[in-house]
Amino acid sequence: MPEGTVNQGIGASVRRKEDKRFLIGKGNYTDDINRAGQLHVYFLRSPVAFADIVSIDKQKAEKASGVAAILTGEDVAADGLGGPICGWAPTNKDGSAPSEPPHPILANGRVRYVGDHVAAVFAETLEQAMSAAELIDVTYSEMPAITDLKSAMDSPQIHDGMENNTYFDWELGDEAATNDAFDKAATIVNVDIRNNRVIPNAMEPRAAVADYDTGDGRYTLFTTSQNPQLTRLVIGAFMLNIPESKFRVVAPDVGGGFGSKIYVYPEEAVCVWASKKLGRAVKWTADRTQAFLGDAHGRDHISAVKLALDKNNRITGLRVDTLANLGAYLSAFAMVTPTYLHGTLLSGVYDIPAIYTNVKGICTNTVNVDAYRGAGRPEATYLLERTMDVAAKQVGMDPAEFRRLNFIPKDAFPYQTAVALQYDVGDYEPLLDRAMAMIDYKNFEKRRAASAKNGKCRGIGISTYIEACGIAPSAVVGALGGRVGLYESAVVRVDPTGTISVLTGTHSHGQGHDTTFAQLVCDKLGVDIEAVEIVHGDSDRTAFGMGTYGSRSLAVGGTAISKALDKVIAKGKIIAAHMLEAADADIEFKDGKFTVTGTDREKSFGEIALSAYVPHNFPHDRLEPGLEETSFYDPLNFTYPSGTHIAEVEIDPATGVVELVDWVCCDDFGNLINPMVVEGQVHGGIAQGVGQALYEEAAYNDNGQLLSASYMDYCMPRADHFPSMKVENLVTACTHNDLGVKGCGEAGAIASPPAVINAVVDALSPLGVTDITMPATPQKVWQAIQSAQTKAAE
Amino acid sequence: MYSTKYVKAKDIDDAATIMASAEDGKFLAGGMTLIPTLKQRLANPDCLVDLSACGLSAIDDDDNAIRIGAMTRHVDVAESALVQKAIPAVADLAGHIGDRQVRNCGTIGGSLANNDPAACYPAALLALGGTVHTQNRSITAEDYFDGMFETTLEEGEIIREVSLPKPEKAAYVKFPNPASRYAMVGVFVAKFADGVRVAVTGAGEDGVFRASNLEAALDANFSADAIADGTVSADGLMSDIHASAEYRAHLIGEMTRRAVTACG
Repeated sequence: MPEGTVNQGIGASVRRKEDKRFLIGKGNYTDDINRAGQLHVYFLRSPVAFADIVSIDKQKAEKASGVAAILTGEDVAADGLGGPICGWAPTNKDGSAPSEPPHPILANGRVRYVGDHVAAVFAETLEQAMSAAELIDVTYSEMPAITDLKSAMDSPQIHDGMENNTYFDWELGDEAATNDAFDKAATIVNVDIRNNRVIPNAMEPRAAVADYDTGDGRYTLFTTSQNPQLTRLVIGAFMLNIPESKFRVVAPDVGGGFGSKIYVYPEEAVCVWASKKLGRAVKWTADRTQAFLGDAHGRDHISAVKLALDKNNRITGLRVDTLANLGAYLSAFAMVTPTYLHGTLLSGVYDIPAIYTNVKGICTNTVNVDAYRGAGRPEATYLLERTMDVAAKQVGMDPAEFRRLNFIPKDAFPYQTAVALQYDVGDYEPLLDRAMAMIDYKNFEKRRAASAKNGKCRGIGISTYIEACGIAPSAVVGALGGRVGLYESAVVRVDPTGTISVLTGTHSHGQGHDTTFAQLVCDKLGVDIEAVEIVHGDSDRTAFGMGTYGSRSLAVGGTAISKALDKVIAKGKIIAAHMLEAADADIEFKDGKFTVTGTDREKSFGEIALSAYVPHNFPHDRLEPGLEETSFYDPLNFTYPSGTHIAEVEIDPATGVVELVDWVCCDDFGNLINPMVVEGQVHGGIAQGVGQALYEEAAYNDNGQLLSASYMDYCMPRADHFPSMKVENLVTACTHNDLGVKGCGEAGAIASPPAVINAVVDALSPLGVTDITMPATPQKVWQAIQSAQTKAAE
Repeated sequence: MYSTKYVKAKDIDDAATIMASAEDGKFLAGGMTLIPTLKQRLANPDCLVDLSACGLSAIDDDDNAIRIGAMTRHVDVAESALVQKAIPAVADLAGHIGDRQVRNCGTIGGSLANNDPAACYPAALLALGGTVHTQNRSITAEDYFDGMFETTLEEGEIIREVSLPKPEKAAYVKFPNPASRYAMVGVFVAKFADGVRVAVTGAGEDGVFRASNLEAALDANFSADAIADGTVSADGLMSDIHASAEYRAHLIGEMTRRAVTACG
């Protein structure tokens, strides 16, 4: 880099460009958008969990002040509309297809969860729509709610024709080899694992504004989406029969998603449909309770885990049987999250020769469940890392050393796991060693003793994780039942005066792409970061892309940008060669300049850009004018970030309150573009994982009522719950993408819950506690202590 | 929010007159409970009578007691040098209600009139043996609380001020609900020359109550050791997803011990 220049390229912690508009209130969110003459829509939702709709009397409501229309499931059926489709349908273990029952956008004769959409009320103001909704008289014939995951399979059918309330029954791995491992095992470890249901709670609730232009027959939808073009494809082709060319979908600034804003929900589809049907633009914004009852929930698994060890405490086999609660209807990626995003991670960072897993996806009268930060990988990591701790204790080994003993060795890569995935590269011991050093692991017992003198229980918990992200190679996706491709697009458009727009098919809703993707451009082209604009979220502007989730934007989207930049440079070299009257091979590009090797003859990037658009001295025989290049990149493999997180807790046994007193982590994300952004991602992921482990629970009662449907009862993690977290990185570059990057967005949420629970159990084990479920609330911790003491007294 | 009429009363009698002529009116104090209730459309009053201009915000010292105007905000009680000197436990209690924004709006009168079973002030009033003064009469703590969200205030009766006797020692210890940060259990311990009073909020199905067995033990020996294993019965205690009655009972014992220790 030339002396005196500020580093804005790869590896620099450049301050985020987008923060200015967010901090001064100039973000442009969907609820900020208003269209002339718009109607407001309010959705009447079912107050009961499972019932047939006997009748809907909307006469009085339709006459209420300001009401334009009231639509119900009858109108949806009359117009022949489709419902939100599944993006991925894994095959059952017997070779049959999974069940995909109808998913109407307004309930068709039956409601299946509290919150299910019964009617849409359109009025001049939101208050008028809400008041009119209160006048709608719905008669329900209630049936007992089915909320318990274990007994749902033996309960009455929630969807006609779907037996045992089972969407799918899937398996992966080698059952015979695994059974054999257990037959021969020296030690068998059995652990029951519950992964609790959580609710995403993005800061911005979902919203939509839809407008149909009778002049040109085009629809416009502003929506809080992580993937606007996918939304356009699903609503257009599968739900409302709108040609893509007549449909613009824009996801403007979006305040967090974490997966919950991937899916197409009934609300935005109803808005689009109504905008034409009623001849007026339609606006909808959820309030927080609607977010609790409407946004797809996360996790909610019950697993039985069995681990086989040989006499040297090496793992020889693993079996996991899982029930995954998918809720009342199938959300877009509900079926892949507990199967191919979960089962394939069951080897973790360990060398396990035989693995078998069976997963059943179950329907209950609860909110739909789908991918939420980590999507299947937190579930896999949690059960593995809890089992490793239980196993270590059972055989009398230190939990760190038991893990180390079973790590995949550094020279074993590429490593083919027993659950389909092949890890390209990795080195797990340095991550463990570094984390142990950071938290001073070897002196932990002294700290435990000091805490005990103060009447507190101190514990330490490790989590060594790996995850598979950077999704995904399309051919693999297709072979496994996926119905989408997972490539990414990038258009690098150089302007005549040398400024650059990068149009990406990814989306940024907190990830910082406005800055980090611009850094890629600065790094390759040597331009100033202020000269670069990243454009995302508008289907009228960008090429087709799959959006942002699964920690894919940098690995897949960034690589597409990198390749498009390479094409720009390649073309620039030919232009420069022509202008400098040199051979192509003699042209170098470095620090923003094209030079003839070994001379001081050069052209700046800006001069080349101008030349491309004012092509007077230009190789017309070889090139077209202009300087704009496109790349669609389909990744060659998943990427495999890994790391070690270690948590230290102090528990007050008198109240059961768990305090996090220290947190360290050492992660391998491959190359880092912006270390500050990476650290922020890790902090946020850890916070969400700690939230699941200690605070958050979506609690349903037996009537299918969500008891935690507001912040009065649903406990979010807060800043004062956390110590200063120490975050470090080691790098083994990804072997199969140009940037050597792996992605980091979900790793914190994947790694953290087992670190917390392992620490809690470690803290309480002197009192006789051997296990605790998430969230480890004060009541639960106190109760566990009481139960253990009572048992000890017996 | 449903549409409603808003009126700012000039003084307490004006407020009572306006309310008498409303069909289904509500007094507006700090609004920290009422406004969220209105926003969720859980109430539909035809009139909101704002008490903020009625001159009910003074804090005074009466030698044996302090008097706090009904519209005094939590932040003002917390930061009052007078309260900090006379009954620091009350300043401490007020300083930990809700968060900064709530404390800048919420009032002692509003809290006591609402009698949320998880509110903090009821424990202070009951433990200190305080008195609620309305435009019509004075009601002692014993006679004031009437069950969850219920008081013996009559229709149209407005709290003017609250008087709190000064104890020899007092402390308030709250175990907050992790989500709402209301009191899951809040214990106010007050030691007077003629005995110890222990009031518990956050836990009882009927609202705030006195833990008489703990009081008796502390009368004999005012120390945490005197109630080392002591607690109240789980009968009649609330049970929810955050805390069973049994856990609440345990916390009452624990918070009482901590309050006694904090008394010094």
